[in-house]
Amino acid sequence: MKPARAGWLFAAPALLAIAVFFVVPVAAALLMSATDFDIYGLASLRNVRFIGLENYLQLLQRPLFWRALFNTLFFVVVGVPLSIAVSLGTALLLHSRLARFKGFFRTALFSPVVTTLAAVAVVWVFLLHTRYGLLNYALSWIGLHPIDWLGNPHWAMPAIVLLSVWKNFGYNMIILLAGLQAIPGHLYEAAQLDGAGSGAMFRHVTVPSLAPMLVMVSVLTMAGHFQLFAEPYVMTQGGPAERTVTVLYLMYEDGFKWWSLGSASSVAFVLFAFMLGFSLLQTRLTRGVAAA
Amino acid sequence: MRRPLASVVVNLALAVAALVTLFPLAWMVSASLMRPGEASTYPPPMLPHAATLANYRLLFAEHGIVRQVANSLLISLLATALSLTFNLSAGYAFAKLQFSGRERAFRLLMGALIIPAQVTMMPLFLMLKEMGLVNSYAGALVPWLASVFGIYLVRQYALTIPDEILEAARMDGAGELRIFASVVLPLLKPIIVTLAVLTFLGSWNDFMWPLIVLTDHALQTLPVALAALSREHVQDVELMMAGAVITVLPVLLLFLALQRYYMRGLLVGSVKG
Repeated sequence: MKPARAGWLFAAPALLAIAVFFVVPVAAALLMSATDFDIYGLASLRNVRFIGLENYLQLLQRPLFWRALFNTLFFVVVGVPLSIAVSLGTALLLHSRLARFKGFFRTALFSPVVTTLAAVAVVWVFLLHTRYGLLNYALSWIGLHPIDWLGNPHWAMPAIVLLSVWKNFGYNMIILLAGLQAIPGHLYEAAQLDGAGSGAMFRHVTVPSLAPMLVMVSVLTMAGHFQLFAEPYVMTQGGPAERTVTVLYLMYEDGFKWWSLGSASSVAFVLFAFMLGFSLLQTRLTRGVAAA
Repeated sequence: MRRPLASVVVNLALAVAALVTLFPLAWMVSASLMRPGEASTYPPPMLPHAATLANYRLLFAEHGIVRQVANSLLISLLATALSLTFNLSAGYAFAKLQFSGRERAFRLLMGALIIPAQVTMMPLFLMLKEMGLVNSYAGALVPWLASVFGIYLVRQYALTIPDEILEAARMDGAGELRIFASVVLPLLKPIIVTLAVLTFLGSWNDFMWPLIVLTDHALQTLPVALAALSREHVQDVELMMAGAVITVLPVLLLFLALQRYYMRGLLVGSVKG
């Protein structure tokens, strides 16, 4: 067997699987988003009609869609910078020459990343409990009144942001730590010879060297944040007052609770469009800043 | 700032960060050992008055959670086996075997990474319904067959295999399949472990797809069953914590045992941008 033929044969099973179970469904979803596929369509395909952009137009008229979009954007805009700030802070601490027991601290700080989201969400429901939750108990030490985290429309999404930062910051911490370790030592030595203090070194050596990595990390983190689903599903069921209904939650309810698969597909593509738009915007903006 | 003082500040900050991070997990274990109702008292207790395994017993004896443990274990193991089968050979082919259209196919694959998997869920569900695979292990396993990330991970590692080794094997008259099995796979061992750990953890922790495709209680995975249980048992904090421990502990231990391999995958995966 020639290597060339072997190449195709070795790659074929995986490419075929991806074609059948990913590429075809993506194309089918685009088609479905232009149909009125619902529970009757589920019974027989003869009940499905092509309706063009109707699903998308109807989305624009649904207050719940705008609510979901707003909630998701809130989670992205508040959660992503917060999460990356914590990642960067802990990465800098771990990178410090003064830090001891680095291996232990690294593992400890990273451990929430590998835990099961649905399970730790259940744990957090009780940590956030208004009366018996330990978060409110800790806040009472500094004189704060108990907050009804998951019952108050203003606090439910911030509470989910809190859980999400705790769960995910370790991931970017490891990546940024690798980035910090890759900065050549002579850059710091040169800056030191020029009389730079630690603050100036951070601004003029660390930040510029880490910038490309920070951009990549924020694009990936943003993509992850757009896909918020399990936390509201487990902790709040979209409530209170629909303040934690996210775009993906809406897709799930449309598609798999009400069986409006056509409408759910259009929600999925709107989500995709937003993720794509934000990633492009992010890379554009940072390229502009780098050029300036 | 003087050195000793700076050192205290850095290490104290790390210790506080680690404490805050580990606290929810430690409390989960502690509360799982409390008597029913004990966690719902004020001030909230940190440790059980008298540790008991009663909650675990209840989960296994009355809620029959052993079934969901078995489901999760089986699905994660099968997902891992499938992912290795499909991704190893493809990753190797993209790195080391010249074939026409290889670069284009690879670029297309990488391009597909920007499409969120949730887009496929509605058609995939219909497809599986037609095939009679809704509410079956097979249905839950379909997304784990092959992945762009898995192929990429193996490819990046396989690129480091020197061509001379492969050429020498060809000179000796070994066929491509033979070379793959007895020369390449042993060299790929570290990345095989990495891919296996990542897939096992990913599929164990997965929530949305199993929620959609496995609605039959007897087939549900642990995370989905736990979420359902927590809705029925809002008051039973201690019981829920025992369920959370059973769900989280296996993956946490696996991670601790194979941390080096896991981190490798994370760092390779992160440069995909």
